[in-house]
Amino acid sequence: MADIVLDKVSKKYPDGTVAVHDVDLEIADGEFIILVGPSGCGKSTTLNMIAGLEDISSGELRIGGERVNDRAPKDRDIAMVFQSYALYPNMTVRENMAFPLRLAKMDRKVVDEKVGEAARVLELTDYLDRRPANLSGGQRQRVAMGRAIVRSPKAFLMDEPLSNLDAKLRVQMRTQVSRLQKQLGTTTVYVTHDQTEAMTLGDRVVVMRGGYIQQVGDPQTLYDQPRNLFVAGFIGSPAMNFLPAEAEESLLRTPLGDLPLTDRLRASLARTGPAGGARQLIVGVRPEHFEDAALVEDSQRPKGFEFTAPVDLVESMGSDKYVYFTVEGQRASAADLEDLAADAGGADLPPQDSLVTRLSAESRVRGGADAKVWMNLDKLHLFDPSDGRNITLTEDKPGAHAD
Amino acid sequence: MGAKFRWGVLDAVVVVFALIPVLWIVSLSFKTTATLTDGNFIPREWTWENYRTIFQTDQFVRALVNSIGIALISTLIAVVLGTMAAYAISRLDFPGKKALVGVSLLIAMFPQVSLVSPLFDIERNTGLFDTWPGLILPYITFALPLAIYTLSAFFKQIPWDLEKAAKMDGATQGEAFRKVIAPLAAPGVFTTAILVFIFCWNDFLFAISLTSTERSRTVPVALSFFTGASQFEDPTGAISAAAVVITIPIILFVLFFQRRIVAGLTSGAVKG
Amino acid sequence: MSVQEKVRIPARRSPRTKAVLSEGKRQERRLGWLLCAPAAIVMVAVTAYPIIYSVWLSLQRYDLKFPDQKEFVGLANYATVLSNGYWWSAFGVTALITVISVTAELVLGMGLALIMHKTVVGRGLVRTSALIPYGIVTVVAAFSWRYAWTPGTGYLANLVTPDGAPLTERAGALAIIVLAEIWKTTPFMALLLMAGLALVPDDLLKAASMDGASWWQRFTKVMLPVMKPAVLVALLFRTLDAFRVFDNIYVLTAGANETSSVSMIAYNNLMKGLNLGIGSTMSVLIFLTVAIIAFIFVKLFGTAAPGSDDGTRR
Repeated sequence: MADIVLDKVSKKYPDGTVAVHDVDLEIADGEFIILVGPSGCGKSTTLNMIAGLEDISSGELRIGGERVNDRAPKDRDIAMVFQSYALYPNMTVRENMAFPLRLAKMDRKVVDEKVGEAARVLELTDYLDRRPANLSGGQRQRVAMGRAIVRSPKAFLMDEPLSNLDAKLRVQMRTQVSRLQKQLGTTTVYVTHDQTEAMTLGDRVVVMRGGYIQQVGDPQTLYDQPRNLFVAGFIGSPAMNFLPAEAEESLLRTPLGDLPLTDRLRASLARTGPAGGARQLIVGVRPEHFEDAALVEDSQRPKGFEFTAPVDLVESMGSDKYVYFTVEGQRASAADLEDLAADAGGADLPPQDSLVTRLSAESRVRGGADAKVWMNLDKLHLFDPSDGRNITLTEDKPGAHAD
Repeated sequence: MGAKFRWGVLDAVVVVFALIPVLWIVSLSFKTTATLTDGNFIPREWTWENYRTIFQTDQFVRALVNSIGIALISTLIAVVLGTMAAYAISRLDFPGKKALVGVSLLIAMFPQVSLVSPLFDIERNTGLFDTWPGLILPYITFALPLAIYTLSAFFKQIPWDLEKAAKMDGATQGEAFRKVIAPLAAPGVFTTAILVFIFCWNDFLFAISLTSTERSRTVPVALSFFTGASQFEDPTGAISAAAVVITIPIILFVLFFQRRIVAGLTSGAVKG
Repeated sequence: MSVQEKVRIPARRSPRTKAVLSEGKRQERRLGWLLCAPAAIVMVAVTAYPIIYSVWLSLQRYDLKFPDQKEFVGLANYATVLSNGYWWSAFGVTALITVISVTAELVLGMGLALIMHKTVVGRGLVRTSALIPYGIVTVVAAFSWRYAWTPGTGYLANLVTPDGAPLTERAGALAIIVLAEIWKTTPFMALLLMAGLALVPDDLLKAASMDGASWWQRFTKVMLPVMKPAVLVALLFRTLDAFRVFDNIYVLTAGANETSSVSMIAYNNLMKGLNLGIGSTMSVLIFLTVAIIAFIFVKLFGTAAPGSDDGTRR
C-alpha cells in the first residue's frame, strides 16, 4: 500500500496535442479517488500514466515515495481492472486469477491459497474452473477484480470497470467495489464518466476537462461549492439550471424575473468585479432549490423569490416530482456550457430553454397549466460567463483555479 | 419451401461448377489407356494403372518429395517470420512500421514474372539455381505479405486490453506474448500456415524458371514435362494421376479446415 | 464513444517522440525492430535487389548465348521491345484476359458471395466446394481444362465443338484460358466480397425493406455502397493477379497462336531466347504496368490499401 503523487504530470503527443496538462494530485495511502469527466478529458490517459501503460511526457509520478516514471508496469506493483475486464479467454477463472502470482514465480501452494481466498471474498468459488466465456457479465467483472486483489498490490487502478454492466448490476457492483476497497484499504484510482458513480464511490473526486483538473474535493463539496460552471453542470442529476442574468444596482435581471440582490450576492459581486454598471452573469440553481410556492413555509418565504411559469412536463418520482418549466428569453452561454452540452452522455443537462425543478411530492402542479414556484436565493450561484468562475464561492483558495 | 428449393438449386449449380473439372481429372486418372480418349465423363473401365506408373517413375516421386519439402520448409519459415512481424505490427509501436506494411503490400501486388529474369541470373551466379533454397527464398518472400496480413488480422481480434492486463499483472512484453497472446493466436497461425502452404504448393512460374533438373523440380513443373513411362505412351493418364495426387492435400485442407480458410482469407485479404 | 477511442489510439501512439522514453517504451521499440527485421530483410533482399538488378540488366545487351557481347546499350532494349509486334500482341492478350475475366469474376463472385452468405441449405457444402477451385494447383486445373477441350479425349470438346479443336485457334484458346481463370479465381473474389457483405448490418437491410426498397434497390443502394471498399480492394488484387496470368496459358496453349501473355513471353524470352537483357526489359515494363494499374486504382477509386490506416486494422 502506498500513496500516489502526481507532480506536474503532463502528456503530450508527438503531433502536438496535449492530453494532460500539469496535473498535480496527491492521493493518500488507502484513499479511494475518482477521476471523472467527459470523454477526452484526460482521465484515462492519467490512469494509464500511473499504470505505466503510457509514457509521462513531463513531471514526476511517485508511488510510495519512489519516482516510477521510467518503470515498466510490472515493476510498479499496481493492479488494474479494465473496462473490458481483459480476462484471458484461454484460461479458466482460477488460471486468470493466478496469472499475476505465477508470473511473480510464487509457490504453487501459496498461489492456490491466495486464489481461493480471493474467490471466497468475491463469491467466485463455484466458478473457478469455468472459462470467462461461460460467465455472466457480473461474474466476469468479479474475476477481473479478483485478479487485481490476489496479489495485494500497492494500488488498484480501475478504468470504468462497471460501465459494461446493466444498470441494476452496476448499482449492485458499485456497493461491492466500495465495500471491498474499504475492507482492503488499498489506494484506489477509479476512472469513470458517470458522475453518479463518482459521487457515490469516492473519498475524493477529481473533475477533469480538456486535460486540466477542474476541481478536487469530496463529493459534497463538489456538489455544494462547484468552482466553475463546468463542475456545477457536470456534478448532479438532474443537472443545475443555468440562466443568463444581468446584475444592476440592486437587482438581478433574469428570464424568471428581477431577483433582489441579497447581501451575500452583493458581496460576491463587489469582491469580484468593478462596482456599478451592468454586469453579465450566469445564474445557477439546483433543481431541489425550487419549491411549489404553495408548500413553502412562511418562515422560509422571505429567503426566496417567487415567480410564475408555464409547466411543460411533470415527472413523478414518488418521493418527489421533477417539474419542467418553459422559460422565455435568451439562453445562458459560455464555453463551459458548450462543453457540457457536447458531452450529453456524462451530464444530464436539460434543454436550455427549460427549467428543471424538484418539488415536493405533495405539489399539485400539472402539465399545461401555470404554476407559482419559489426559489431559494441563499443557494443561488453566480458564474462569470467569460471564464466560468463561480463568483459566489467565498472559501475560494487563492491560486487553486484550474486554468 | 420455395425459397429453400431455389437456394438448393443455386447451391447445386455452385457445387457442380466447382467440382466438375476436379472430377474430370479424377476420372481421367482412372481410365485405361484404351478408353482414355473416348471422351466419356465417367470411365468405362476403371484402373489403378496410372497411379502405379507414376509412383514407379523417379521423375514423379522426386518431384513429390521436392514439392512437399520445399512447401513445408517455406511455410514454416514464412509463418515464423510472419508471426513475429505481424505481432510487432499489430501490437507494438515503433518507427518504420508503416514502411514494413507498405513493403509487404507492394510485394503482394508485385508481378512475380518481373523477378524471374533477374533471379534467374542471380541464382545462377550464386549457385542457388536448381536447388531447394533457390525456390524457398522467393516462396518465403511472396508468402510473407499473405502471412503478415492474415496474422495481423487475427492478432488484432485479440483484445488489446489483454496484453496491457498481462503487463499490469507483472508480465514482460515477452511473457505477455508467450503466455497470453500466443495461445490465442495459435488458431490464426495454423490457418495462415495452411494458406501459405497452398500458395507454395501452387507455384508454377518460379518452379519452372529456377529449376532445370529433377533435383528441385516440383510436381506442377514435373507434370508439364511428363512424357509418360515410355516415349510412345500418351502421358494423359499419368499426368492426370499425378495431378490428382497433388490435389489430395488441398482437398483434405478444404474439407477439414473450410471454416478457418474462409476466415483467414476474408480477414487477411480485406479488412473492412 | 468507445469506437472513437479505439480509433484514436493508433494515431496517438505514433512513434517519433523526442521526449525521454521510458524503459518500457524503448524495450517496445527494440522488440518491434527485432521482430520485423527478418521478414523485412528477406522481402527486400529477394525483391528490391533483383528489381534494381533487372533495371540495370535491361540497359545491357546481355544474351546468354553470346555472353561475351555483354555491353551497355542504354534504352535500346526498350526500343526493341516496344517496337515489337509480339510484345504488343501479348500485352493486348493480357489486357483482354484481365478485363474479361475480372469483370466476369466480379459478377459471378458477387453472386457466389451472396449465395455463400445467405444460403439456407448446405452452407458448409457450398463453401467447401467453392474453396476447391481456390486451393487447387493451377496447373492441375489447367490440365483438366486442356483435356476437357482436347478433341476426342474431352467431354467438353465432344459436346460443344465436335468438329473443331478450340485450343488450336486463337479465339477458342483465349476463351478457354479466360474460362479457366474465371473458374479458378471466382471463389477467391467471392470470399473477399463475402467479407464485405458481412459488413452490411442486417438492420440496415431490414430498415431499407421497411422503407419500401425492392431487392435490387437494397442491393444497389444499401449493400453496394457499404461494400464499396471491399469491392475495390478485391478488384485491385484480382486485376493485378489476372495481369500476371501464366500457368493456365503455359499448360493450355504454351503461347501458341498468339495467345501469349506478357508473363509468358517474358518467360519464353528468358528460357528459349536466353536473352537476359530483353527479358529484364520486359520485367521492368510489366512491373511499371502493374504499378500504374495500382496507382490508377488508388487515385481514381480511392481504394484504401490494406494497412493504410497506420498498419493497424480495426
